[in-house]
Amino acid sequence: MKLVLKGLTKVYPARGKKGKPVTAVDHFDFEIPDGKLIGLLGPSGCGKSTTLYLICGLEKPTDGKLYFGEDDVTDLPPENRGVGLVFQNYALYPHLTVEQNITFPLENLKKAERPTKEEMHTRAVEAAKLVQIDGLMERKPSELSGGQQQRVAIARALVKMPRVLLLDEPLSNLDARLRLQTREEIRRIQRETGITTIFVTHDQEEAMSISDMIVVMKDGVVHQIGKPQEVYDDPVNLFVAKFLGTPPINTFDGHVKDGALYIGDAKVLETPGVEDREVYVGIRPEGFRLSPDGPLVCDLTGVDVMGRDTSVVSTHAASRDVNVRSIIDSEDAATITGKQVRFTLRPSKVLLFDHETEERIRYGNK
Amino acid sequence: METNNRKAWLYLIPAFVFLGLFMVYPLVDVFIYSFEEGYNFASESFFGTGLYNYSYVLHDPYFLQAIKNTFLMVIITVPISTGLSLLISLALSSIKPLQNLFQTIYFLPYVTNTLAVGLVFMILFRKTPYSDGMVNRLILFFGGRSVDFIEGPYWAKMFVFCFYIIWVVMPFKILILTSALASVNPMYYKAAKVDGTPKWRVFTKITLPMISPMIFYLVITGFIGAFKSYSDAVALFGTNLNSAGMNTIVGYVYDMLYGDSGGYPSYASAAAIILFVIVLTITCINLMVSKKHVQY
Repeated sequence: MKLVLKGLTKVYPARGKKGKPVTAVDHFDFEIPDGKLIGLLGPSGCGKSTTLYLICGLEKPTDGKLYFGEDDVTDLPPENRGVGLVFQNYALYPHLTVEQNITFPLENLKKAERPTKEEMHTRAVEAAKLVQIDGLMERKPSELSGGQQQRVAIARALVKMPRVLLLDEPLSNLDARLRLQTREEIRRIQRETGITTIFVTHDQEEAMSISDMIVVMKDGVVHQIGKPQEVYDDPVNLFVAKFLGTPPINTFDGHVKDGALYIGDAKVLETPGVEDREVYVGIRPEGFRLSPDGPLVCDLTGVDVMGRDTSVVSTHAASRDVNVRSIIDSEDAATITGKQVRFTLRPSKVLLFDHETEERIRYGNK
Repeated sequence: METNNRKAWLYLIPAFVFLGLFMVYPLVDVFIYSFEEGYNFASESFFGTGLYNYSYVLHDPYFLQAIKNTFLMVIITVPISTGLSLLISLALSSIKPLQNLFQTIYFLPYVTNTLAVGLVFMILFRKTPYSDGMVNRLILFFGGRSVDFIEGPYWAKMFVFCFYIIWVVMPFKILILTSALASVNPMYYKAAKVDGTPKWRVFTKITLPMISPMIFYLVITGFIGAFKSYSDAVALFGTNLNSAGMNTIVGYVYDMLYGDSGGYPSYASAAAIILFVIVLTITCINLMVSKKHVQY
């Protein structure tokens, strides 16, 4: 089922005498296609969790409308929306067993809709099988690992067959290895059930790796919506460019003169169609190429070999970050000698941004 | 490991010394007295040993009255005070404005002197030839018949006694329960809301289990405290509790030691040991029940 957010806005009233009203979500417009996995991405405090709570109904929007399919659910309480929510800390009831936790939402149903005891058990087992915890039904949450608790929480959200599944920072309480495993698991569960799923994260890698689409937010405002690769390749502004990618994009002060981009005094790239101006230059780590007579000259500080790739750490006077991080093939890295490295740039990986608005400046065919 | 152990014992010595001197030794001593017939403090002499003290105490109508009073009071006050405290705490934690003010008001009885409160209760409930007292005026106003709650029939005295004890013990329970309620992670309520859990089910299936350790703590300490009550009875009915028919077990022990009829440490010791056994039994039962029901 598709989800439509129309100008969804949440303003929290001012706290105290000096406080100002806080706009947590500002006119969120988005049509979420049926059966997709959507990642809401942004730094902490950007309004992504509030958006999730608005969708599930725990928060009431100040303005705007929310539709599930054709139904206007803006004023519906959460239990009538058909949403399943998985909390960041899972919110499993510690005094109930796994099975009791999973059947809890079913037991809440009113007389007519309420399944029989056997039916509840079957559905709980089904949900548990889906998340592969059917062997742990009699345990208490405290006897489970973090990853298993997470699965129980997902099973509990799925057992009432929600129209929309919402996950609030689902991986943030897991260790690194489990996180990789669980995100694949979430992807699998979403594929198998086909439920439209929205998850919130501040980890761009997580969002990029499993989402069909990502929404990048900051200060309550949606900056960009798109497929992960598209957003990465074609960010609309400096914030989005900086937020996506590990290692993050390198930024430089630069200027455009006579259709060419200069970093410091070096002419690094032809940028046809851009008028003369000061710009921020964003260069993805993979946008650098070692070249003995390359125009961009950096002072070498270190070389980190990471197997297939090598990360070259260097500094440059015009760089806006402490280090310039570039990723090159390990074979090429063998040629590095001396105290300086010289790069040529791959035009597709070089992005220009306005000095004032930090909006993207497009050039050439991009 | 070995030296660590020795160090640990060394650090524990002060606690052991004080516990031994002021808890274990007196307890053992009382236990011994309770078997020594006619022990005399002054001459430190006694007639013989045996179970006579217990037999005397258990056949003493005053003691039986004290047992009856204490049990009745405990059975009435512990559940009512805990239940009422839970209701008040729930109400307190569901209101936002003036919450702190109400919490302070509800806590006031705790910091008020027992005897002062007793005096107030006496004035409220007493009926004298000159005045009916506040409560009796209320009863008369609603068309009832006035009763002397302080020196009148047994049920009236028991009512005031229980009323008084409930009133005195509630502040502490409310304090504990409000903080227990506040410590339940709001996330559980959010989860329950998303699942459309009815209010009553949220209370019985989430809130109650979550605060159950605290409730059991209050029940156990409530039982122990109520069994040991004495000053409350004195505050209401004066020092001659036996003639008022409102003595408690601790009151009986005190009377045997120092009261007008006092000077019988052997009987007092036997009564004290009986009280100890009662409290121990009840507490064990409580713990067994709580193990079954406090599930995490």
